[in-house]
Amino acid sequence: MPDRHRETKSKYTLDRGIPGAFEGETVTRRRLMVLGANGVGAVAAAAFTLPALGFAIAPIFKREAWTWQAIGTPADFTQAIYQTKVITITPGIGEAGNTIAYVRQRNPAIDTEPEDQYNHWVALSDRCMHLGCPVRYVQAAERFICPCHGGVYDFRGMVAGGPPVRPLDRFYTRLNPNTNLVEIGPRYSVNSELQRFNPRFPGEPLDGIGQFLYPSTFDTSKRP
Amino acid sequence: MPRIPAPPLPKALRPTPKRPGESNGEVTQYPAPLDAGVTVVDWLDERTQLSGGLRWLLFRKVPRGINWAYTLGSATLFAFLNQAVTGVFLAMYYRPDASGGAYESIRHINDDVFLGQLVHAMHKWGASVMIILIFLHMGRVFFYGAYKYPRELTWVIGVVLLILTLAMGFTGYLLPFDQRAYWASVVGININAGGPFIGPFLSNFLLGGADFGATTLSRFYSIHMLLIPGLMAALIGLHLYLVTKLGISAPPWLKPDRAHDGHHDLEEAEV
Repeated sequence: MPDRHRETKSKYTLDRGIPGAFEGETVTRRRLMVLGANGVGAVAAAAFTLPALGFAIAPIFKREAWTWQAIGTPADFTQAIYQTKVITITPGIGEAGNTIAYVRQRNPAIDTEPEDQYNHWVALSDRCMHLGCPVRYVQAAERFICPCHGGVYDFRGMVAGGPPVRPLDRFYTRLNPNTNLVEIGPRYSVNSELQRFNPRFPGEPLDGIGQFLYPSTFDTSKRP
Repeated sequence: MPRIPAPPLPKALRPTPKRPGESNGEVTQYPAPLDAGVTVVDWLDERTQLSGGLRWLLFRKVPRGINWAYTLGSATLFAFLNQAVTGVFLAMYYRPDASGGAYESIRHINDDVFLGQLVHAMHKWGASVMIILIFLHMGRVFFYGAYKYPRELTWVIGVVLLILTLAMGFTGYLLPFDQRAYWASVVGININAGGPFIGPFLSNFLLGGADFGATTLSRFYSIHMLLIPGLMAALIGLHLYLVTKLGISAPPWLKPDRAHDGHHDLEEAEV
């Protein structure tokens, strides 16, 4: 029930007796000016804020290209001993862009994951899957050991102890038929069954619900 | 409406009272050196009208029973100012170059520049001092119950300032670009990535890509010296405005004085 005591104002400025009102005008000139000035200001602010924001967050969406680096001839690698190879993952910044890959030949007796063209050589990343410190391979123990918080991985890079949440990341490897050299490609992550996933950050589990809690980011190379 | 009595002027600025025997009609002449200073201040104040605001900010009534713990906020402010000043001058020599230039420029500051080691150390140790002071200040406010009505917003802004201070510590840690700086930042960025759903994207934003790259260092540098300090300066201004507007809370052990209508006795003091 409408309030009978309340004076209802007409929506037309002419009826409200506003000086200089036009026939059929509902928005006063003062109101139009306020809205217009604020709107123009908002557009002007957005004109420099939005491009700057896009500029700042663009790297989230940039997709890295596949690159391959030669690391040696097939004869350099054996099944029992890891070779330490320094590879460049970020060119142009010197040593800060380098990382280490531990490479050996695939051994069908212990490497149970299905073989394809990208894993004739097993190349493990030295990045600990707890928080990203560099692990060191100890030949006598056949273990990868992290100096920061005591993460331990076995010969295949599976978690053997400590806080890491998944096995060591791996790199794609291939034999370049033209040069007959072993080449190392982008990094990928694995779960405890050694299924391949797009690269994740350390500390992000990939078993069970983990792969949904920590989605693949946009900037990673598409895996084959 | 009750008015705050005007705070006492410093003795040097007070007009001297008439002595017996002086004629009543003459205007008292200030001594010449004081005259010049007063004239400049008056000229500025007539145009800016700032003196009222300054009195409002600096000559406040504070409750009886306040103690040294009430100075922790000012101490934190001065630690921030120390960081700002030394940081601005460190930026004159620092180069955010990930291919070795950053480390080299820090080495240059420490080894070659006059007083460089001192200014660098003031910034480095001042960072720790500021973190310690801000936590002590927070503890004081918490244990004295000073966050309660009507000062909740002051507390909330203070918590944002605490988080921004920690972010300053995190982003500044990478800048010397030695082994410790690099690996501590790698670990810190990976801890960021541990947040579900948003974590990996946040880490990508911090890294400026999928891996530690050329832009990571300049990104941290820009966040450290432009983005967060600007935010902090604005929020500190708001924080101080609220502190002044709402006044300082009395210590919790001070009971209301029934003899004075239930109001705390206010003392005049300079804070």
